[in-house]
Amino acid sequence: MIEVKNLSKKFDDLIVLDNVSITVAEARLVVILGPSGTGKTVLLKSILGILPVDSGIVLFDGKSIQTAKENEIYDIRKHVGFVFQSTALFDSMNVCENIALPLVEHTKLSSRQVRDKVHEILEIVGMAGKERLYPGSLSGGMKRLVAVGRALALDPKYLFYDEPTTGLDPVMRDRIVQLIIDLRKDYKKSGIVVTHDLDTAEKVGDDIYLLKKGKISKLEQIKKEVYNG
Amino acid sequence: MNLFSLIGDFSTFFFRSLFIPWKIRTSKGRILEQVYSIGIGSLPIIIIIAAFTGLVSTVQATYQMIGTVPRYIIGTTVGRMVLIELGPILTALMVSGRCASSMAAEIGTMRVTEQIDALEIMAIDPYRFLSLPRIVGTFISLPVLTIFAEFVALACGAVYAHYFLNIPFSVFSYGIIHFFSMRDFLGGLVKSLFFSIVIGASGCYFGFIVKGGAKEVGRAATYAVVTASILILVLDFLVAVVIFG
Repeated sequence: MIEVKNLSKKFDDLIVLDNVSITVAEARLVVILGPSGTGKTVLLKSILGILPVDSGIVLFDGKSIQTAKENEIYDIRKHVGFVFQSTALFDSMNVCENIALPLVEHTKLSSRQVRDKVHEILEIVGMAGKERLYPGSLSGGMKRLVAVGRALALDPKYLFYDEPTTGLDPVMRDRIVQLIIDLRKDYKKSGIVVTHDLDTAEKVGDDIYLLKKGKISKLEQIKKEVYNG
Repeated sequence: MNLFSLIGDFSTFFFRSLFIPWKIRTSKGRILEQVYSIGIGSLPIIIIIAAFTGLVSTVQATYQMIGTVPRYIIGTTVGRMVLIELGPILTALMVSGRCASSMAAEIGTMRVTEQIDALEIMAIDPYRFLSLPRIVGTFISLPVLTIFAEFVALACGAVYAHYFLNIPFSVFSYGIIHFFSMRDFLGGLVKSLFFSIVIGASGCYFGFIVKGGAKEVGRAATYAVVTASILILVLDFLVAVVIFG
């Protein structure tokens, strides 16, 4: 379980996160909804300790990432897969090498076992046969699928998705949405999905929050706000 | 950023990059890749620079000394100039221009495209993954390139002296060998070791601190080369004072 308690973060005088609290329970997907530029990505990176926070605490299965030492933070992160909006694939590596990297770094698998694992992951994300391609020759949607594959490499307990469907055509968007749903249902991956797309949020989310002006609130409150104008 | 905080940040970065568990099993390949890229990749330009350095040194030494000293002294002068000063410093400046800029641009691009964040989230230390292989790769490659450059420079000087200045190979090489001092040779190599650290660390440091986009990446590449070049000249003086002063 991930517990985010009273997280606050500001850049100079701009308050981006103001006492944000959310809980990600086992095998549940939490969606953070909000327009671009409201700090959704900042929230994800703050939860993982990539960005330092001004106050608040994040607990991964009871372990605080704020008070953890560097090697403990790395141990926590091994249980999290992150799909970047920009995909952040290593452009000097092909698809196979991108997905294999965490396996090579953190496991003692032989190169054959790594290859088999990469193949298995590519089957899951529907990119089998694309091992030798470089990110530069993939479409935006294919890159997103490979990024999901890379996030799955260490079989993490949690998956974080940063705007997973932004900028994709409807077919690819549906494919990614279905993949997120399948990963939660079939592989019991809990996590957080950050998006500004209400349709995606409603399809994949178990709990939906709105992040607006640094404050976070549940979907029921959003609907109330919308209906009241 | 003022000078003192820059020096502080730079030093912290340097120690942070090297004093970490090296994880040889996974770092070895990347170190070898850098040795190849820096060492073999720089060879063509180093050969050209070294060849012309040898030729010009021979022409200048002859112009200034011929008729006043025995001819083998031309070989001695060119030999010592190349071993002590020209070989190490020109090789370092050339590698700095070629490699520090490319390191800063490559790492800077990885920073702005979130690839470094991706490494951190995958629990891979970006200092070990990116900086360590580059700094160690430069540390291994530069001294070897320097020795190679010195050999090429002296060989070209000897050939020019033989065919155009009427100084036979035997006379030129007698000047080099008879007055060869191991301290000159090792002093040059010690310099190149210091230079290699400066080149690797500058390239990586300015790449890591990039914030923004393409313009900042370009600026980082420029800063990396300028800083490395200035530090090379400063270190050249300091090492010269300690070893030869």
